[in-house]
Amino acid sequence: MSINQKIVNDFIKNKIEFVTTVPCKQLAGVIDEIEASKDIYHIPSNKEDEGMGLCAGAYMGGKRSAIIMQNTAIGVTINTLVTLIQYYNIPLPMLISYRGEIGEPVACQVEMAVHTKALLNQLNIPTYHFHKQSDADELDAILNHSFMAKKPVAILTDASFWQGA
Amino acid sequence: MIRSDVLKTLIPMISDQLVVSNIGLPSQELHLLDDQPTNFYMLGTMGLSSSIGLGLALAQKAKVIAIDGDGSVLTNFGTLPTIANNPADNFILLIIDNGSYGSTGDQPTYAGMKTSLAKVAEACGCDNVVECSAEDTAAAVQAALDGDKMTIIVSKCESGNIKVPVIDMDAPVIRHRFMAEVSRLNA
Repeated sequence: MSINQKIVNDFIKNKIEFVTTVPCKQLAGVIDEIEASKDIYHIPSNKEDEGMGLCAGAYMGGKRSAIIMQNTAIGVTINTLVTLIQYYNIPLPMLISYRGEIGEPVACQVEMAVHTKALLNQLNIPTYHFHKQSDADELDAILNHSFMAKKPVAILTDASFWQGA
Repeated sequence: MIRSDVLKTLIPMISDQLVVSNIGLPSQELHLLDDQPTNFYMLGTMGLSSSIGLGLALAQKAKVIAIDGDGSVLTNFGTLPTIANNPADNFILLIIDNGSYGSTGDQPTYAGMKTSLAKVAEACGCDNVVECSAEDTAAAVQAALDGDKMTIIVSKCESGNIKVPVIDMDAPVIRHRFMAEVSRLNA
């Protein structure tokens, strides 16, 4: 089973039926897998805060939701995370490509990478960093944790993690 | 007619429907006029009423009315292509277009100048776009509720606000009672 299939299987196991995505090169395979899944409604969004609004609505409609996005989106979504997702106690797993880490070819990506964990820490968002493929063994439990706690969680997936795909 | 006058005419038909209401004065006015557990009040996060409404409509069967403003649609323009390409026939987006940022002191928006939100929605691919006067809004909303087609209504009204208290309810309480109504309507 590919890592992309494993991720989507864990989504389905946790009854996630509504996923929004904003693409990143590292996430292309998992986005394809989401699109191909019969169990998940895939709704691409144009900006990540819009996507979080869609996820909040779907959750209130009875469908567990998740967002797949790049770490640059943390800069875009701080207000939405604080005043919608956290303020209303809405669970939201965020599968995030952690651009700008070791192996990154684009220097500008490093500029946001150096702020990513500090921002998530400042927002009190539980954060998990997948560096090796075996780190994804914990994904099932992390997703379950998000819905139990009714909180957003961040799963940062770096270049080393995806190189093994 | 100003926004609160338009909202007043809508109460008889939206009172028992799922309503997602935009941040600031629209939510406060709706709360004052007719607080219902079927109302989801946005206390923050400008621009996302239409996105929350679409997600809600796609996830369950009951009709959903998202009340938005011209300023909020301008701030989340990406919502219109997403709505157009993911049609939910139980979804009504009502844009109350008073050409101003009402909650922040009535600063003019571009929707009150050269930009037509109805034309933008059509250009984005939305199929049923209705632009109407403030006076005709209630009839347009009723027609959309009676039909089974996703509808975008742009209600052109005057700029202006009434004095309303802020909403004192806690956000998780608003969500919790709203979700109980969603369950009841889908039972």
